[in-house]
Amino acid sequence: MAAAGAGRLRRAASALLLRSPRLPARELSAPARLYHKKVVDHYENPRNVGSLDKTSKNVGTGLVGAPACGDVMKLQIQVDEKGKIVDARFKTFGCGSAIASSSLATEWVKGKTVEEALTIKNTDIAKELCLPPVKLHCSSKLLSVPASWDTWH
Amino acid sequence: MLLRAAWRRAAVAVTAATGPKAAAPTRGLRLRVRDLAPQSAVPADTAAVPEAGPVLRPLYMDVQATTPLDPRVLDAMLPYLVNYYGNPHSRTHAYGWESEAAMERARQQVASLIGADPREIIFTSGATESNNIAIKELEAAIQPDTSLVSVMTVNNEIGVKQPIAEIGRICSSRKVYFHTDAAQAVGKIPLDVNDMKIDLMSISGHKIYGPKGVGAVYIRRRPRVRVEALQSGGGQERGMRSGTVPTPLVVGLGAACEVAQQEMEYDHKRISKLAERLIQNIMKSLPDVVMNGDPEHHYPGCINLSFAYVEGESLLMALKDVALSSGSACTSASLEPSYVLRAIGTDEDLAHSSIRFGIGRFTTEEEVDYTVEKCIQHVKRLREMSPLWEMVQDGIDLKSIKWTQH
Repeated sequence: MAAAGAGRLRRAASALLLRSPRLPARELSAPARLYHKKVVDHYENPRNVGSLDKTSKNVGTGLVGAPACGDVMKLQIQVDEKGKIVDARFKTFGCGSAIASSSLATEWVKGKTVEEALTIKNTDIAKELCLPPVKLHCSSKLLSVPASWDTWH
Repeated sequence: MLLRAAWRRAAVAVTAATGPKAAAPTRGLRLRVRDLAPQSAVPADTAAVPEAGPVLRPLYMDVQATTPLDPRVLDAMLPYLVNYYGNPHSRTHAYGWESEAAMERARQQVASLIGADPREIIFTSGATESNNIAIKELEAAIQPDTSLVSVMTVNNEIGVKQPIAEIGRICSSRKVYFHTDAAQAVGKIPLDVNDMKIDLMSISGHKIYGPKGVGAVYIRRRPRVRVEALQSGGGQERGMRSGTVPTPLVVGLGAACEVAQQEMEYDHKRISKLAERLIQNIMKSLPDVVMNGDPEHHYPGCINLSFAYVEGESLLMALKDVALSSGSACTSASLEPSYVLRAIGTDEDLAHSSIRFGIGRFTTEEEVDYTVEKCIQHVKRLREMSPLWEMVQDGIDLKSIKWTQH
């Protein structure tokens, strides 16, 4: 069970990360510089910022991005025996939209099973936060967090 | 001819009075237009219901982007917007003569700020047009060994001052034209086109508390520098820039230059003190803050700091009641971090973490203190949310990690 669970957790976090096709990195249209109040709200009233015990068997940790790109996201999920996500935490080095996207993702996955969580698309997150097109890459990066599992045994 | 001369004698006394009030002591005068003054004591982020009270605007700490109009400049411009509306190129009546007199007076004011002759100043729509006129000359040059050096006097992102006098000396000895874009430097640091052997210089109105939409290009007469006109037409401005010269705007530019000449030393001292205050207070409260740019050859009013492990745009969002700018990718349309920071060899992750603080003539100590306090508070908060800060606290060397690439 542990091994299978470990594999599932690993795949879950991976899938939660890279799902939708990424938008081109260069958007030469005028960027929307006004922050939507939902994006600001996630910064001013952060939900689920922090860390879970990464040594625990029920915790899956994913880390993606690079400081050189200006975007690093860490997403952790705690899963019970039935495969339901009971807790989630995030930490992000990135712009306001990236912080809000990761924050919203942790809110949405709580209470879902891992399979259900995999169905979340970055476009759903972007729509909920009213992100302009130039900011879509922030939420899509989120979906590739599980790709690197170095910190997870 | 005689009529015009007589008018000119009579008009001297009158028009002198409408210029900037040079006789009245202006040093230390800080006029503040009420609705532009931020109420820095009331932080906007704690206001729950803002609709009931007055709408607060952010503190302005972005003077490199643009500057507010100095009230004395507005005073100088107003008569030419309302009353003295003649075309300065009309030669046959008093309206034209008075506008022309104002234009020439403004030309003298600009010239005296940079040690030039008024005949060497051509008015343009801004530093961008001036740059284009100056550089186009290079493209029109026919000799294969003729070339042009073009350098910014003070960089707008990191505030570094280039060694203009040395560059000028080298260019002059090699018979190479030397152009400098002095938009961020004019009126802020002493410039002399003859001492520094500058052949071409671009000047921007709205960077020195003057109006937007006006600038000037300095073109040396001795030895003559030939430039090709960008726009052709009626041959105004010695044929180098056709188009009616906008009298109110150039009067504003002239007034701004004159005020700058009088106040340069005072402003520089005051701004240096405020800059020192900002940098010291931030650095003593926050670890891992890097100032970008050479600290010695630096204009104090432009401070570029990188806050490690915190991304620039998120800090700008957090500091929403202060108007600032960042060298981070998210804030540029192309998602690339500042090319200036890359050029000086800043690590890419620090380039994403940079913020530019602009301190100007009207920046107060309270504004600086408020900005520092909020900056410290929000950097600490964002570091709590940052996985990089967490890893560093755990003793992990970030450079040893193989990051996933996207």
